[in-house]
Amino acid sequence: MKTHDSSSMVPPPDTKRLDAGRRRGLLALALGVVLVHGMLQACSRPKSEPAPAGHEEEKLVVFAAASLREGFGKMAEELKKSHASVTVAFNFAGTQEIRTQLEQGAVVDVFASADVRHMTALRDAGRVEAPTVFAENEPVVVVAKEKAGSIHRLADLPTAERIVIGAAEVPIGKYTLQILDKASRTLGADFRARVEARVVSRELNVRQVLTKVNLGEADAGIVYRSDLTSAGDNLSVVTIPSEINVIAKYPIAVVVGAAHSGLARDWVSLVLSDKGQDILRRFGFRSPSIAEAAR
Amino acid sequence: MTALGSWVRARGHWLLAITGAVLVLFLAAPLLGLAFATSFGELRAGLHHPLVWPALRLSLGTTSASLLVVVAFGTPLSWTLARAAGRFARAVEVLVQVPAVIPPAVAGVAMLLAFGRRGWLAGFLYPKGRSAAFTTLAVIMAEVFVSAPFFVQATTSAFRRVDQNYLVVARTLGASQLRVFFRIALPLAVPGLLAGAAMSWARSLGEFGATLMFAGNMTGKTQTLPLAIYTAFESDLRAAQALSLVLVIVAFVVLLFVRALLARSAVDTPPEY
Repeated sequence: MKTHDSSSMVPPPDTKRLDAGRRRGLLALALGVVLVHGMLQACSRPKSEPAPAGHEEEKLVVFAAASLREGFGKMAEELKKSHASVTVAFNFAGTQEIRTQLEQGAVVDVFASADVRHMTALRDAGRVEAPTVFAENEPVVVVAKEKAGSIHRLADLPTAERIVIGAAEVPIGKYTLQILDKASRTLGADFRARVEARVVSRELNVRQVLTKVNLGEADAGIVYRSDLTSAGDNLSVVTIPSEINVIAKYPIAVVVGAAHSGLARDWVSLVLSDKGQDILRRFGFRSPSIAEAAR
Repeated sequence: MTALGSWVRARGHWLLAITGAVLVLFLAAPLLGLAFATSFGELRAGLHHPLVWPALRLSLGTTSASLLVVVAFGTPLSWTLARAAGRFARAVEVLVQVPAVIPPAVAGVAMLLAFGRRGWLAGFLYPKGRSAAFTTLAVIMAEVFVSAPFFVQATTSAFRRVDQNYLVVARTLGASQLRVFFRIALPLAVPGLLAGAAMSWARSLGEFGATLMFAGNMTGKTQTLPLAIYTAFESDLRAAQALSLVLVIVAFVVLLFVRALLARSAVDTPPEY
């Protein structure tokens, strides 16, 4: 038995044949590229699914700010009571992230933001219908247990050795700077500077701020009240006087061209209903003031 | 024999190349997307972004420092692991691989729990109560933590490939253990060491999660390029894209440079290798 008899099947490698082989190879490569391109195209453009007929299971896709995780999770159980066949698929992340995902073509029915600015941008771009403010979130000072004895008021904040705040680019950081500016009017013109001199990190999301105070790495930080429900007992909370505080507003909107727009509207109604507002209050949110709700 | 069958027989390498090209496309597509989405003007604006230079300087500084630490401690470790037999050595080898698989943010929390102010090593490390967290040192520690496994893995296998005969001969000629290591094993393993160093460096350049958790995010102090990109991303996607492109270009140039070094050292090594 001859094992190296390939010469009988493969012609001798004269240059012409080699060229032909190379050409065929290139052809195959091109074919591969076209094939992959086609696959990528197919993946990147999901056809909008036709609304399922009858009583088949429906899937409502909700993109929401990370702080809404617990509240909206509870809300989904509530929706199940009136819409048994509906499941809610959530995507919780920083508002900037979910906004980018929506802008890049994610299939979404409802969008809930922790920041009016991002929602306004989406509205202006025609990506969402008219938004409604459904909740308010109140920034508070959290203090590590080691410093709980010395920081009782916002005015004590500069006595902390290490302060972490949100980066100016993220909502909590923006509110924090506004609060510090307002506080500087009553607590001394250099208040913001004295606090910032103690700032050791400008975190990219509010959970990072909370974690660092919770672990005692930082002495104090500013987070939303809604964040506290998931935190341990390692910190004390200092309320910021309402005349100084800057309240975060959470708008919600149905996405333009939503595959389940009827269901999306039901979701928004639930969130705005007394029942929904009750749930949100349980997780540290406040109901929007009358003027805001009427907007 | 069908035409296809004979083609496969003769040009099978094309089949392999095409299959491989799929992966190249997949890996290159996001990078190209980044390049296509960023105009020259935006790249220039990105380079002038206030966050970029302090971050780039910090990234280059900390990744160099962490690479030094990784090489200084990782090389002796890899040599020891490559030479040692037995269950304990294997267990250590696996242990030092673990940081490569745990999610970086988890790594950051774990580092806080060990090296933080309330961490279990705090009493020993910080008698004065000031922890390394939020300092540039913390950035380097985070980078060492996530990148060292890549170096150790590459160099351990490089040391294992060193021909035992050279070492035996050197020993019989009276060379000391350390001399054998420095004069024979190390030079023979240089390509593997360089490859490992490049991989490890690349990993620490891209390091994000552990740094954010353990070192925080402070311009000029702990805000490396990936953190600056993420910070910019929060306010201005275009700036973030431009900064990302800067990171990709820097990484590409450095890795290309290492490749060139590798090619040269490969020529220098004996043919047995």
